[in-house]
Amino acid sequence: MAGVRLESVGKTYPGGVRAVDGVSLDISDGEFIVLVGPSGCGKSTTLRMIAGLESITDGDIFIGDRRVNDVAARDRDIAMVFQDYALYPHMSVGRNLSFGLLRRRRHASRIKAVFSSSYRGASRKERLDIQSRVNEAAVVLGLEDLLDRRPRELSGGQRQRVALGRAIVRDPSVFLLDEPLSNLDAKLRGEMRTELRRLHRQLGATMVHVTHDQEEAMTLGDRLLVMKDGVVQQGGPPAQLYEQPANRFVASFIGTPEMNFIEGVIEDGLMFKADGEVRIQLPKDRWPSLSVGQQITLGIRPEHLELASDGDAMFTGEADVVEQLGDRTDVILANDHRRMTARIASGSGLREGDSASLRADLSQAHVFAVDDGENRIATK
Amino acid sequence: MPRWTGRIFVGVLLVAVTVAMLFPLWWMLVISLESPDRAAAVAEGGGTIAVWPESIHWSNYSEALKQVGSEPWQGFLDALANSIVITVLVVVGTVLSSSLVGFAFARIRFRGRGLLFLIMLATMMLPAQVTMIPLFLVFRSLGWIDTILPLVIPAFFGSAFFIFMYRQFIAQISESLIEAARIDGYGMLGIWWRIILPMCTPVTAITAIFTFIFVWNDFLGPLIYLHSDDQSTLALALNSFRNQYGGLENVHLLMAVSVVTMIPCVVLFFAAQRAFVEGIGSGAVKG
Repeated sequence: MAGVRLESVGKTYPGGVRAVDGVSLDISDGEFIVLVGPSGCGKSTTLRMIAGLESITDGDIFIGDRRVNDVAARDRDIAMVFQDYALYPHMSVGRNLSFGLLRRRRHASRIKAVFSSSYRGASRKERLDIQSRVNEAAVVLGLEDLLDRRPRELSGGQRQRVALGRAIVRDPSVFLLDEPLSNLDAKLRGEMRTELRRLHRQLGATMVHVTHDQEEAMTLGDRLLVMKDGVVQQGGPPAQLYEQPANRFVASFIGTPEMNFIEGVIEDGLMFKADGEVRIQLPKDRWPSLSVGQQITLGIRPEHLELASDGDAMFTGEADVVEQLGDRTDVILANDHRRMTARIASGSGLREGDSASLRADLSQAHVFAVDDGENRIATK
Repeated sequence: MPRWTGRIFVGVLLVAVTVAMLFPLWWMLVISLESPDRAAAVAEGGGTIAVWPESIHWSNYSEALKQVGSEPWQGFLDALANSIVITVLVVVGTVLSSSLVGFAFARIRFRGRGLLFLIMLATMMLPAQVTMIPLFLVFRSLGWIDTILPLVIPAFFGSAFFIFMYRQFIAQISESLIEAARIDGYGMLGIWWRIILPMCTPVTAITAIFTFIFVWNDFLGPLIYLHSDDQSTLALALNSFRNQYGGLENVHLLMAVSVVTMIPCVVLFFAAQRAFVEGIGSGAVKG
């Protein structure tokens, strides 16, 4: 196993599109890191650059202590799991698992190496070694009974496991996972998440996982890296990103349902004023750097809102959508000026069309400076 | 018109067309098995239509094949061997080269790729008659006349139509398969051989069948380049036989040789019918 280091890595495509811009990242040996962001944010490009499937335009990539900028994908000692599994359809599961290993046998002749990927010509020791590694991976992933089947005869989850198995048998320094769960249904995705965590614990491998699903990212990663427009917005453990988002983008991207944002201005006595006659008294000691007249965005997560009586309400509106989720209820309240999402306890009796008011727990709220790239203003 | 009437009408129409298409084939088979006198009478016309042979004469076949070429049996066996060698080499060459070039056009990004592809497609517009004489001069200067080389070697440089077919098919194969193979340690040549070619079975089947039928039946190419008797192909031998035994009294022998010449194509077509149909449709819908 080995760590991965990216130093100011960038990628500009012919035509001038800057897909990745100055990404620096230090992934420790055995760490599970998740690159997360919306489509087109550069996360997959970053992963593909680590894999060697995409050239880099600037910066350096190190796997272990080796600079791999100009090293071919096959020589980087990595394994990759693709979004569409990329299983060879004309080969059995067993052959899919052993394919890469067979190629890695030593060949006296270059021509022979090109065409050789079968057991023919492998020494008995090589054959046994390959077979035992395939069997081990099959046992780890529960594929023992599927080794003779073709990929088309497998379910989505089984195919996913074969794709993981193909990576495992290689025993690589780094596992690269490119949205491997996105083609699975919700139930299977949940199961595979657990499986991935277990696998990571079992193998102690360095894993770089790419996803656009923040929930998947939060549950899987030791550390997340949120990207937007090719730039890393924030990196850190999931809880840190949730509790202390660096800017409005991270705050909106991490957490479901999305954080509520209210744009307004600070008045005397740290009174926050926004459209719709919203006036909220901010705690005086929480944001000491705020000044009168400053334009800010107040961010409140749905779970930090609760139903209130009219007297202490910060927002009143009509229940537009009420989603019963069993143990809790997500409510979207709307008035002429804005919509607010609240996650409240079940049993409130609120129905769509009812009028309701919300109160916020301001000790959990976030403030973003409008004139400073919507970065989060630090609390005391 | 009720639905069942329409179906009957379509059925009758299809049967009629099938009979019309198959009748010459059947007629050839019947004549090849008739006695010499009756075969001549039937071929002459005059109101006799042969739907079934009066008596079956299998000996027509051995007699006909014996008389192909200058030496008994040897002429036929030489022509058969030449046809097989040329056809197999051309099929192998066409499949390998067309798939390799199609793969390059579909998956390797290089400067001028679009232009080269256009030029390659444009070569399909050139009638064979236009290039016939220049090619003959080139092959003559290489000393390849009266050898199978002019018929075989060009196949190893691809065929524009099949390159186009392979390119369209390969373009539909997921890029991640190629990337997975790259990570597994294969170069582009290895990926073509181990991944792409096995996945292109429907296109390979149609390429092989079309090429086989074309080369097996090709008359003009062998006529231009092959002059010696021992280099002759079945199509050439059949033509010589027609010149020698073209009279009505030998029509049963001519038909017998024709049937033998045709058998491999018919067998191949029926054996590979499924792949053939799949191959025709393969370009239209992603597999």
